[in-house]
Amino acid sequence: MPLLDLANPSRFLSLVDRVLPWLVVATVAVFAIGLYQALLVAPDDYQQGATVKIMFIHVPNAWLAMFCWVVMSIAALGTLVWRHPLADVAAKAAAPLGAAFTFLCLLTGSLWGRPMWGAYWVWDGRLTSVLVLFIMYLAVLALWRTVEDPSRAACAAAILTLVGAINLPIIKFSVYWWATLHQPASVMRLGAPTIHSSILVPLLIMGLAFMLLFLTLHLAAMRNEILRRRVRTLRLMQAQAGA
Amino acid sequence: MSGLAALLERDIRLAVRLGGGAPMGVLFFLIVVTLVPFALGPDLALLRRIGPAILWLGALLASLLALDRLFAADHEDGSLDLILMSSVSLELAVATKALAHWITTGLPLVIAVPVLALFLGLEPWTMGAVALTLLVGTPALTFIGTVGAALAVTLRRGGLILAILVLPLTIPVLIFGVAAANSAAVGPVPFGAPFTILCGLTLISFVIGPFAAAAALRHGLE
Amino acid sequence: MRLLASDLGCVRSGREVFAGLGFSIAGGEAMVVLGRNGAGKSSLLRMIAGLVRVAAGRLALEGGDPEFTLPEQAHYVGHQDAIKPALTVQENLEFWASYLAGPATAKAAPEAALEAFALADLAALPAAYLSAGQRRRLSLARIVAVKRPVWLLDEPTSALDALAQERLAALMRAHLDGGGIILAATHTPIGLAGTKELRLGEPA
Repeated sequence: MPLLDLANPSRFLSLVDRVLPWLVVATVAVFAIGLYQALLVAPDDYQQGATVKIMFIHVPNAWLAMFCWVVMSIAALGTLVWRHPLADVAAKAAAPLGAAFTFLCLLTGSLWGRPMWGAYWVWDGRLTSVLVLFIMYLAVLALWRTVEDPSRAACAAAILTLVGAINLPIIKFSVYWWATLHQPASVMRLGAPTIHSSILVPLLIMGLAFMLLFLTLHLAAMRNEILRRRVRTLRLMQAQAGA
Repeated sequence: MSGLAALLERDIRLAVRLGGGAPMGVLFFLIVVTLVPFALGPDLALLRRIGPAILWLGALLASLLALDRLFAADHEDGSLDLILMSSVSLELAVATKALAHWITTGLPLVIAVPVLALFLGLEPWTMGAVALTLLVGTPALTFIGTVGAALAVTLRRGGLILAILVLPLTIPVLIFGVAAANSAAVGPVPFGAPFTILCGLTLISFVIGPFAAAAALRHGLE
Repeated sequence: MRLLASDLGCVRSGREVFAGLGFSIAGGEAMVVLGRNGAGKSSLLRMIAGLVRVAAGRLALEGGDPEFTLPEQAHYVGHQDAIKPALTVQENLEFWASYLAGPATAKAAPEAALEAFALADLAALPAAYLSAGQRRRLSLARIVAVKRPVWLLDEPTSALDALAQERLAALMRAHLDGGGIILAATHTPIGLAGTKELRLGEPA
């Protein structure tokens, strides 16, 4: 089974070394196409003007913010249920990436909203639920850092990730409900205008570009984590040799 | 290097390497600030009005977090015994540990204020006032907190007992801190009066904190 | 120099651990404290170290520096290591060398102390990676990194292998030759000849 083949860290490392340069090239290429399409080809919004183009960064980041949690959840199942050796490496590598994408989503959303509402932040349903997702990512990162032993940290993070996976839809629903309790006077919709193909195509290309970016960074991060663990093992051996 | 400088360097190094202080404190601060709108509703006008109070309460609670490890870690591994056997004055040692704690936990909270003020829609002027009052007030929270931490060091409970001991003592700091921050925004009261009192409270805590904490450590260990 | 105790009494958690204890140790002499678990060996050492209150009697270091208290002129190595796992071996030792040194005590280079306990190769390693025996050796290294006349050692040879025990014995002999005082609580022989003995009685 191909998955079992990758279970060997050394074989995984050599696979990453071969694949990563191609991924980098592909990522840069798709970004180039996507940005060209988004900035130069797609039309301005009649209401928001050119600032609507931030959407081409904001929306893919939102997709990836949620996708990363899915990746972490699958990795968590890999750690707890199937005991795949690389599962906890995948989980640990994905967490900072997820946090970064979520942060970018918040940042671009805030910059997008500033010209519209005159404020950098409003407590509407969508932004707030992304903020909670961001806090959840930081919580997982905090857990990884706090528990010293890597395998116990992996178990703890896996449990938190899975609980989060169940909870995040609930949180999202309750936040949207909370936001509707106090419907502000103006319609605070950060939505994209009705999706027209001239908007949709660049959006999907940018989505693909960010997905490739995630894949590249994730594999690189997994490689780093494996190497980091090897250093730790070497240090342990050094300590024992010096006894 | 002198003993106190070595102690300061060690405590800062440990806080940075263990990563408990600054990131956790700021994260907790963020969470508290996020919780308030969930409880009150997303009324930005209301949040703007009580913003300074929310930030002060969040900083107060976040400051409290790392306090229980202040002496407990040294007590558990026997370092506290050796600190007591040094010719370095225990009061100065406590003050040095409190300083290290403030640099690694309190100061990051102050730095986080501008970002968190965004969430509450505060005006730049108000945000500056909150940051300044917290800059002056968080050292007081830390130094007062050392008393509670010292009293609680030999207790197995930890956690809430420390909060119960320390929080009432921090009430004056909270009162004058929020008053000064609010007065810059709204206030009939000018900024100077409560702010000066806040500075005074902080200076008093620099003296009372280490002396009381040192006494508590000496008596608690026997 | 002489470490004197007369009519010493100790009470912990309301229980009288020992009473009426007296001894005298001159410079260059070592004393071994023997007794069952619970007889008060550790309490005695901690009392001399200033960590437990003297309930009755008198404790004094005659001929020591009058500017400093007895605990400030003593090294105490108890059951705990006082080692921070997040710091390297060198950083741990350098901290204690700086903190325990003072006007009364000269500070030897930490490198020499690491050499004395065969830890020099591990100097840059985080202390979290050390084995129990290596932690014990690092913990002991501070007594040669900073010179203090009185050594209070509680089970110093625990977790040490034969080679490390010999090294420690050699260092203790050197300390005694220099006029130092050693008081050690132990179940096993510590490799010093001609030590005095103090037997603590059974708990009541």
